[in-house]
Amino acid sequence: MMNKYPDKSGYYGSFGGRFAPETLMAVLAQLEHQYQAIRKDRSFQKEFAFYLKEYAGRPTNLYLAKRLSTHLKTLKVYLKREDLLHTGAHKINNTLGQILVARRMGKTRIIAETGAGQHGVATATAAALFGLKCVVYMGAEDVERQSLNVFRMKLMGAEVVPVHSGSKTLKDAMNEAVRDWVTNVHDTFYIIGSVAGFHPYPAMVRDFQSVIGKEARRQFLAREKKLPDYLLACVGGGSNAMGLFHVFYEDASVKMIGVEAAGHGTDTRQHAATLNKGGVGVLHGSKSKLLQDGDGQVQVAHSIAAGLDYPGVGPEHAYYQASGRAQYVPVTDKEAIEGLKLLSRLEGIIPALETAHAIAYLSKLARRVKKTSTVIVCLSGRGDKDMNQISQFIS
Amino acid sequence: MNRIEKKFKELKEQKRKAFIAFITAGDPDLRTTAELVEAFEHTGVDIIELGVPFSDPLADGPIIQASYHRALNKGATVKKILGLVEGLRRKTLVPIALMSSYNPIFRFGEEEFIKACARAGVDGLIVPDLPPEEAKNLQRLAQEHHIAMVFFVAPTTMDGRIKSNTQAATGFVYYVSLTGTTGTKTAVASSVVKHVKHIQRFTSKPVCVGFGISTPQQVEAIGRAADGVIVGSAIVKTIEAHHGKRDLVPQVTRYVSSLVKALR
Repeated sequence: MMNKYPDKSGYYGSFGGRFAPETLMAVLAQLEHQYQAIRKDRSFQKEFAFYLKEYAGRPTNLYLAKRLSTHLKTLKVYLKREDLLHTGAHKINNTLGQILVARRMGKTRIIAETGAGQHGVATATAAALFGLKCVVYMGAEDVERQSLNVFRMKLMGAEVVPVHSGSKTLKDAMNEAVRDWVTNVHDTFYIIGSVAGFHPYPAMVRDFQSVIGKEARRQFLAREKKLPDYLLACVGGGSNAMGLFHVFYEDASVKMIGVEAAGHGTDTRQHAATLNKGGVGVLHGSKSKLLQDGDGQVQVAHSIAAGLDYPGVGPEHAYYQASGRAQYVPVTDKEAIEGLKLLSRLEGIIPALETAHAIAYLSKLARRVKKTSTVIVCLSGRGDKDMNQISQFIS
Repeated sequence: MNRIEKKFKELKEQKRKAFIAFITAGDPDLRTTAELVEAFEHTGVDIIELGVPFSDPLADGPIIQASYHRALNKGATVKKILGLVEGLRRKTLVPIALMSSYNPIFRFGEEEFIKACARAGVDGLIVPDLPPEEAKNLQRLAQEHHIAMVFFVAPTTMDGRIKSNTQAATGFVYYVSLTGTTGTKTAVASSVVKHVKHIQRFTSKPVCVGFGISTPQQVEAIGRAADGVIVGSAIVKTIEAHHGKRDLVPQVTRYVSSLVKALR
């Protein structure tokens, strides 16, 4: 089962593509050219590896969660500790990669969208590291929910622009970032934070995040002398999940499970379970699954986790789902909080609310498996940023 | 011949340029939209662009975003807008193009949509987030049903693409006067004229200019080179300013009339 995607037009099966305003077509073609060049460029790969190791702190540990495994009985759980990276989440892998591309393209101004603020922080970090001007768009509601991350970005010299249009969350932040890009395309590089957007972004972000899967596969093989039975990761846009999954694509025995945010429940209208409840549509430059009404208007997503609060999803995930290579399951706000408490108490690791969705699903998976199985969970981020929100939710 | 193509042929014979007015269908409501279209035709507007409201338009600035929001809140849908055009066709033959983001069209079903457009009397389609590369199927269907498919050229478009985009376009070519969203910056006539002349070296199709045009002076200056001038946000802003007032239609039409006259 070879994964040859994306094809030349940026499609993964029937998903993907480049649905862009004409003003952006030239820069997207340049970016694609650059992306193809750096894939084969040893000096780029060397430079990227240098920053991942020396600056971000790679490789991250693959940690056997013994007490959690004992608690779950039927699962032997390994945590891929992306939460230990500089800035506290996997997002830095991608922003370091893209900022190196931006430098090669001679761009001097960086823009980004952010939901939970993790991608915004990772972008502000990379921009500070290379002395580039940085503007981060963030939904006004998320600015409120994630004030600590707003402060971090500002401290590193980034300008944070609250977005008041639409649902005031990640989707609207991305709209505003695209509008900025259309306006300032001559000197500006747009660092997209997920495996979403116009081709070649989904492929480029996937490749930069694939360091997660490459390390995890090597580490797991060294420890267990075999491949894992399951991979588990939360999916908003889907970058940490794709970074883990993609590397195992051809390992047919490895089952992949992406966990979506079910908010108040998939039977309500307040959820972000795009792959489970959405229809095919086009948002932010690619064709994928989308939460929308009968008239093609994009619906407002809901999740307690700002980073999952997005009505779209990366096109490659839609392809994995349609082809049956991965399965996507919903986990509610409440279940996620339980997952967060569980990992905090049993392992002394407080995960991000986004990541807590994947943790929460472990209990369900433990009941589902017939014999004791091994699983790698992508521990995509740490929970420090969420403390205010969690204390409010619990009390 | 499609009504848009016919219009440009007539204009060429009369050595005139097209004035194209954009309004959002359903802002403030569909009935007023219909009244505006009729009034615009009477005041000399050559082609009407009706905006199909979308929740997340990428190429639009705050003025048109807000009008889409108002129209959606008032219940405007693709079906109702097609109904509006069908109703208008009993009264007017002014060429009407729909400007829509791609998702409402995709969701409707490309074939169903084109057939419904043809039935209603829509003459052209402008889909800002659908470059020719992604438009092949829609283009084929549009052609079958004699609906013009307008494509864009931007200041960033290289010569190779100017050639292929103008080749793909039917009805007219839409030149985006500036890098930016609708209604946020002001087009500089001298540079626009230079670009338009450059594009005209690649095509004999009409080249119309939009984005950042709001004054009769700009319309006049750009109209010297372009085959048509498109004004959107400035008209939508005037509509917004007269919301809830009885004289909305005459007031907006008076402004549009000042723009139309600049081309005479």
